[in-house]
Amino acid sequence: MIHECLGDYACLAGNIGFNIENLRNGFWQLTVDGLAWGSIYALVAVGYTLVFGVLRLINFAHSEIFMLGMFGAYFCLDKILGFTPSGNAYNKGVGLTVLYLGIAMLFAMLVSGTAALGLEAIAYRPLRRRNARPLTFLITAIGMSFVLQEFVHFILPQLITGYGGSNAQQPIILVRPRTQFHIFGADVSNVTLVVIVAALTLALLADITINRTKLGRGIRAVAQDPTTATLMGVSRERTIITTFLIGGVLAGAAALLFILKVPQGIIYSGGFLLGIKAFSAAVLGGIGNLRGALLGGLLLGIMENYGQALFGTQWRDVVAFVLLVLVLLIRPTGILGESLGKARA
Amino acid sequence: MRSRTVRSAIATSAAALAVFGVAGCSKQSTSTDTASSATSTAQVAETNLKIVPQMPVDQNGAEIKLATDAAPPANPAGNGTATCAPVAIAMAGPLTGADAPFGTNVKDGAQLAIDQHNAANPGCQVELKAFDTEGDPQKATAIAPQIVGDASIVGLVGPTWSGETKATGAVFDQAGLAALTPSATNVALADQGWKTFFRGLSNDGVQGPSLANYLKNVVGVKKACVVDDSTDAGLGQANAVRDTLGPIADSACNISVKKGDKDFSAAVTQINGQSPDLVVYASYYTEAALLLQQLRDSGYTGTFSGPDGLNDPQFVKSAGQAADGAILSCPCGPATGAFADEYTKKFGQAPGTYSLEAYDLATILLKGIDSGAVTREALLNYVRNYSGQGVARMYQWTPNGELTSNMIWIYKVQ
Repeated sequence: MIHECLGDYACLAGNIGFNIENLRNGFWQLTVDGLAWGSIYALVAVGYTLVFGVLRLINFAHSEIFMLGMFGAYFCLDKILGFTPSGNAYNKGVGLTVLYLGIAMLFAMLVSGTAALGLEAIAYRPLRRRNARPLTFLITAIGMSFVLQEFVHFILPQLITGYGGSNAQQPIILVRPRTQFHIFGADVSNVTLVVIVAALTLALLADITINRTKLGRGIRAVAQDPTTATLMGVSRERTIITTFLIGGVLAGAAALLFILKVPQGIIYSGGFLLGIKAFSAAVLGGIGNLRGALLGGLLLGIMENYGQALFGTQWRDVVAFVLLVLVLLIRPTGILGESLGKARA
Repeated sequence: MRSRTVRSAIATSAAALAVFGVAGCSKQSTSTDTASSATSTAQVAETNLKIVPQMPVDQNGAEIKLATDAAPPANPAGNGTATCAPVAIAMAGPLTGADAPFGTNVKDGAQLAIDQHNAANPGCQVELKAFDTEGDPQKATAIAPQIVGDASIVGLVGPTWSGETKATGAVFDQAGLAALTPSATNVALADQGWKTFFRGLSNDGVQGPSLANYLKNVVGVKKACVVDDSTDAGLGQANAVRDTLGPIADSACNISVKKGDKDFSAAVTQINGQSPDLVVYASYYTEAALLLQQLRDSGYTGTFSGPDGLNDPQFVKSAGQAADGAILSCPCGPATGAFADEYTKKFGQAPGTYSLEAYDLATILLKGIDSGAVTREALLNYVRNYSGQGVARMYQWTPNGELTSNMIWIYKVQ
């Protein structure tokens, strides 16, 4: 079977399984794990969707904002809180662990938020001043993505020893995943619980901010019609800055949740694939639509897991993107369709 | 003004904190569970696990008794009287990236041999030229022409990985440059018809069955899940293990993951669904450590095993306590004695996997240069007709580049 396929990728492609038994056995476990991953995708997807709604720009550098958040959280745990990297989990007791995670999350949010603001100021604002074409923005976004990646790859090790470089950071594992309870036979671990609850809380807060606060109204106004919004007294520049800030803060939170799940994933390229998937999730749910981003993220996470079980674990990423293509073929505006600017007041 | 939104925001946050607290409280009830965690009372989590050699085995998993009267191993210093024009030996392997420790081990092993030689033979100075392939066959394809294009290079210790070797073997064959690999174990490499390919250790065709038979006959496992990482080396090794284990390898948990994956939750779910008492992973340690941790976290208590890609202290460090009891195999021998002391003195750390093989292979090339074979053709001939004892094993090659005698070492993390 696979023997003859050594090194021949076309041959390997013929080895897609169709393992319904596997899917059925692990269904609820896959759903629960998928929700956890989906929550992380959802938080990152919000950044993409908000910036698109307000600026019509796909901020490809958002994945690196996420990655910088990971390093920020790591820095906080390592240098500020004093944990030594190790392959074993620490057990500081519940209260302290939650406190440390909270501090690390705040620090990650700080780093990501600042990075997002910096990105906007350095890369996008000069282009806006010159009324650059959308293509220019896109190229700049991709370019900044590479710049930030390689900054962490090559320059960060010179600035802070042991950070960045070609290898992932030595993990600091604060929480040992342990099953809390069972739902329909699936194990729900403490990590899964924390990730889902935290992500949902933040998503809820983001939704409230966008839909029920004056600030959010301003963002939606600028997304709908920037000129008229200015006439109504909404500062476009300030709104854009706020949008990037919100996106960055959520990416920072997602970064902490990610390293809670995968402590060994802190590497310069760690944001890239996740960013692409989060962007796909945003498009899946309806780009420019906050609730669409959340829904898209959760859906993508779950479908990825089902796809892995059904077709084989090596097809995980393929499933994510094929799903995106299929949804767009059937419903080009994404599942929830409407854009930020047209949301109900 | 915004009092209503502020109030609802506060209400939501309070609710969230309450849920957080509940989640936290249920964490509390299990943090006193000391059954499964040795670290539950430890403040700082550190392990003292090491990879300890157990014994060499043959293809049936039975122990090979080592001869105590073997000839002394070849010494790169030779007799100190060699003279030659300045030549170079190349080394190719991952010097950066996730697999950097392996490439660095190979480079350092070769470097030690060369430095010992140069120190003893002032009339013949050999240079080591290291080429970084990042462990990527694509990159290696770009590096190989650089190696053969450098006229001063008369021999190569490398490439390190099977994928790289497969991608570049034809280039070295055409250039007539002897390429002695200290670590590429994929079986198919010797069947490509390359005149310049020499393998310094047993291949996966030997390693896979030896490990599988050891696990089947000596450890006595009843049900196994074999996971590969879709790379050339991983697939080769995993398939060899699957074939030898036969019905013991449960085909329902025959899983392929991707090298570079960080999350194995779907694979873990599938494995736990079959309740095996053995999981075999082929073949690199970064992913193996992650999979092992995620397995242990999900409640798996069986044995974990893998071939030489896992045989690195970094595996133990990354996996932490979860690695306790893991059984590893390697065609590479344990580095002990004078070689280990010199290596540690020179590089400040213990020799790693394949350092020893790289040392032995570099020694063979150096001996060839000392004997007057300073062109690629002459050195190639020398290696083809070589028969001698190294530190790790006896070296003599069949016409297609395999060693004439085989030996696989079993290691355990304890």
